[in-house]
Amino acid sequence: MKKTTIITFAVISALFLVSWIAKGMFTEGSSPFLDGFLVTLAAFLTLAIMSFLYKDNPYYKFAEHLFVGVSAAYAMCLGFWSTIVGNLIPRLSSGISEFFKVSYIEGDYNFIYFIPIIFGILLLMRLSPRGGWLSRWPLAFIVGTTAGLNFVRYLRSDFINQVSSTIVPLMIDWQGFGHFFSNLNFSATGQLVMMFSNLVIFIGVTCGIIYFYFSKEHTGWFGRASKIGIWILMITFGASFGYTVMGRISLLVGRITFLFRDWLEIIS
Amino acid sequence: MKRQLPFLLVFLFGAFMVFQYYVPHESSEFVYEFLLDWVMIIGIFALALGIWSLYTVSVDKIRHKKENWAYSYVTLIGLFIMVVLGFTYKVGDSWGFYSVFVISLMTLLGFLIQTSVSKDKGLWLGLSGLSLVVALGIAFTDDSWGIAFMTSEGLSNTMFTNFADFVLTPILATMFSLLAFFIASAAYRAFRARNILATLLLIAAIIVMLRFNPYMPFGLPEYMAKTSNWLMNVPNLAAQRAIVIGIGLGIVATSLKVILGIERGYMGKG
Repeated sequence: MKKTTIITFAVISALFLVSWIAKGMFTEGSSPFLDGFLVTLAAFLTLAIMSFLYKDNPYYKFAEHLFVGVSAAYAMCLGFWSTIVGNLIPRLSSGISEFFKVSYIEGDYNFIYFIPIIFGILLLMRLSPRGGWLSRWPLAFIVGTTAGLNFVRYLRSDFINQVSSTIVPLMIDWQGFGHFFSNLNFSATGQLVMMFSNLVIFIGVTCGIIYFYFSKEHTGWFGRASKIGIWILMITFGASFGYTVMGRISLLVGRITFLFRDWLEIIS
Repeated sequence: MKRQLPFLLVFLFGAFMVFQYYVPHESSEFVYEFLLDWVMIIGIFALALGIWSLYTVSVDKIRHKKENWAYSYVTLIGLFIMVVLGFTYKVGDSWGFYSVFVISLMTLLGFLIQTSVSKDKGLWLGLSGLSLVVALGIAFTDDSWGIAFMTSEGLSNTMFTNFADFVLTPILATMFSLLAFFIASAAYRAFRARNILATLLLIAAIIVMLRFNPYMPFGLPEYMAKTSNWLMNVPNLAAQRAIVIGIGLGIVATSLKVILGIERGYMGKG
């Protein structure tokens, strides 16, 4: 190990300790040293992740690996208590429910809930070299059910609903040219803007789909429609880009606020 | 039997889920609800399989001293601390010897890893046994906390929520916030108005960014906010909808291929 690495580690550890003790001494509450430790730990992890902006380093790797372990266990604990104890146990038997201190849900078909337990155990057979093939049965159940569910769900929400929302009236509240020109304005809820917006949506969706259709050469009127599709897509990518940037910057502001307000207490 | 039965199961359950939508009968909806519960329950077993896989991969890295092997200890410690905190809860006013219990379990983990890694297995196995005895001794004699296998109060363990708030949230939020810097660097390359398409991208992005910027020195002109809203609600919606229709058709086609047994990649080899 390099001398500079050891010195850096020693300095960072000393700063961590100083921060912890200082936060513990000057923080009010029932457990100031625990609160101080947690805030210092959060600040250390924030800075460790930010250090990646300089280059990949051991502190970033530490935070990254810690995140993997903690998040996996967090998901498992939440899943166990909400699904197994919250949903499955109350339907198995009154004795087991009493053991887990959850109220038993009576039902004539509760015995069916033993089947997912059997499937779950079969899934764990994947760990066995000889019985690994048995894990394909629950896998087939999950894949089949999800495929069937997705088939209907996406056909309805991502296709039928989207198409029906696109085929909208282009002439809104149409009472003749006289009424149209006498009420002409650029208000967002005005007739002109609404009609123009519906037209843009219809043309945008049609041309966007044409752009993604590669089974026909993009020439002639098809090519022109495809070109309009690219323009609409570029506007979308720009808008989405700007929206994402602002979202990320707001997260960054949140982290910097945490460092300066909650940890260093420089700003109020 | 080994391959045919799973394909039959996929077809049966897939076809049922498709047709139950078109048969709005009470019994059909009853079975549908059951199947959704089953998927969630089996999913938790899959999660346990994933945790075991993470454990074996990490121990394997330590055993063979692969690149960055030392960080696998960090992963395992984080994993075990969170599992212990997730399954224990406070009974009285104080935690008693709870911290000693957690430390002895962590020590047990370290010794168990050393047992599988080291040549001198007897020493490490003995130390593992000692740590286990200490942990079990505290678990059975200390009444100030309990193993939450017996109650749903496990998640009310304050240290569990503290670890989520002070470890998970800062790392996740900072990782996402780092993207602001990388996006800025990408924007420098993408936003040069070299042609009409890049110019459209640039103008749309600038309008939306100004709209959501809270630090505008003279306030945001009203027409700018309206233009930004229109961009987000009309052209953006149109292109997003075109993309969503494409994705939807893709998912429907893939689902149909899976149900009919044309797509079999998920079954693996053998």
